Amino acid sequence: MAESALGVEGAAAPGMTAARGGLRWETGRRLLRHRSFRIGLGLFLLVALAAIFVPMLSGADPNKLSMRTRFEPPGSEFLFGTDNFGRSQLSRVVHGARLSLVIGSWVVILNAIFGTLLGALSGYFRRLDNPLMRLNDALMAFPAILLALGVTAVLGRSIPNVILALAIVYLPRTARIVRASVLVLRQTEFVQAAVAAGAGHWRILRRHILPNAMAPLIVQLSFLFAYAVLTEATLSFLGLGAEPPTPTWGNIMAEGRNYMREAPWIIAIPGVALAITVMALNLLGDGLRDVLDPRLKIQQ
Amino acid sequence: MIRVILHRIAGAVPVVLLVTLITFGLMRLIPGDVSAALGGVSSTPEQREQIRHNLGLDQPYYVQLVRWYGGLVRGDLGRSIFLGKDVTEATFERLPVSLSLSAYSLIITLLLGIVSGILAALRQNSWVDQAAMIFAMIGISLPNFWLGLMMIVLFSVHLGWLPTGGYVPFQDDFLGWLRTTTMPAISLALLQVGLLARITRSTMLEVLRQDYVRTARAKGLPNYLVVWKHALANALIPIVTIVGIIVSLLISGAVVTETVFSIPGVGQLLTSAILNRDYPMIQGGLLFVALVLVGINILVDIAYAWLDPRVRYDGG
Repeated sequence: MAESALGVEGAAAPGMTAARGGLRWETGRRLLRHRSFRIGLGLFLLVALAAIFVPMLSGADPNKLSMRTRFEPPGSEFLFGTDNFGRSQLSRVVHGARLSLVIGSWVVILNAIFGTLLGALSGYFRRLDNPLMRLNDALMAFPAILLALGVTAVLGRSIPNVILALAIVYLPRTARIVRASVLVLRQTEFVQAAVAAGAGHWRILRRHILPNAMAPLIVQLSFLFAYAVLTEATLSFLGLGAEPPTPTWGNIMAEGRNYMREAPWIIAIPGVALAITVMALNLLGDGLRDVLDPRLKIQQ
Repeated sequence: MIRVILHRIAGAVPVVLLVTLITFGLMRLIPGDVSAALGGVSSTPEQREQIRHNLGLDQPYYVQLVRWYGGLVRGDLGRSIFLGKDVTEATFERLPVSLSLSAYSLIITLLLGIVSGILAALRQNSWVDQAAMIFAMIGISLPNFWLGLMMIVLFSVHLGWLPTGGYVPFQDDFLGWLRTTTMPAISLALLQVGLLARITRSTMLEVLRQDYVRTARAKGLPNYLVVWKHALANALIPIVTIVGIIVSLLISGAVVTETVFSIPGVGQLLTSAILNRDYPMIQGGLLFVALVLVGINILVDIAYAWLDPRVRYDGG
């Protein structure tokens, strides 16, 4: 999945000046009519609401040990069963959901800010383009997971470091998409008109170019959220995410690996949760792409 | 054509230089004292000094950098701390394992991805299309390590059909190789199959609407010729461009899959190096993989020019 949407050099869709008043409503209505988007949104809300409310309502500690209840299969007492320390898997999995969503959101926010900045600088100021894009190419030469592993290996295991590593890994891909839009928009007549009218660089970028470059970026960010969640789980599964006993999905599965025979649910349930989350975000991304950026539909 | 090839190779030079600089810099970003981390808490200052000296870390950065590039030119990526071998040697020992797994997985990817994408496009909006696209969506959303673990639970633990892990070289015992690599190859391929199926479908849909396809049909060519020869020839162009992405994903995925199935390939070498803080091995391994990818992307660009005369004659 990962680099699919990332490889696409999305041209800016002119229709997206739509981000105003009635048109905004219209976009929202078209999104809600889109089947993938609706399913994705529903699944995502399910995960997000569970992540927010289940820990609040149950108040159970995801790290509470209880040797009397080890390896309880999923049932009425423990909905998702218990693990080798008798910890409630329900509680651990919903805390994992929380961490996944928080980490994913941070990666998206950092990419939205710095990816836009780098992409805009590179696409707008031609002199910066070559050095910035070569750096981009060099960073993209590393497979995402390996670079993330390398960065967390260097920085150490912690949630902020994982966020930083993932943000760095995906930044070049985001910057490239913004750059592609900016390159196209620079040549458009309305931008040329603004230049002729004497508008400054900053004003042109902020008022004329970036608002029109948002559609491919938003599409990219929703896929990025999916990769960030997936890669975070992979990192912690390999033992380079947050330190155990932090209940990330990857950590839970890494521990469950030793009990595959007697307690397969320890791995199965967080994996399903992870797959649902990633699929929700992919479906959301598909919907956003079809509605906001119809040109990409043909390429994808 | 030769101009295109030279142009691509020249274009990769700055990227390669930056890649080598990034790997060098990354290992110097390690906070704190590497020798303390490697020597353990109980190490004496003399021992730590010795570790720093062995790694060349007692030299100023520019000397380290010159040595790094000097080594690179000779194909010397340093010496692994834990394996007691040269990084290059350790990597090349493991390479055939990773290559055979990746090749197997790539064949599955290309067959399943392209065929299902074409079938979906030919029957747009039919149940075949829907089923293929749902399958593709699941493929790009399932974590491959989880799929691998679930396959182990089902086929190895419960049914006992296949071993839970390990590796048999295919030149020793082909059947054994199939038994050890089939589950990893499938779990590794699924993501790329989904991706490729989606891209093939949309490209085919676009190509099938073109005039020349209508002409081919109008002059009475049989359908299979129109689809598999005329349409596919043009649909292949965008598909080839994503082969670079697919190989990159394959390498990323192999790192995890090899760990799940205890396959002694380059991916497992790297994860254990990272967990053991074997810094020369991490540095060398990362660089090796990145350089392989740069090379593959050059080949993809050349293939692209070869397939698409428009690129070839514009000189890319």
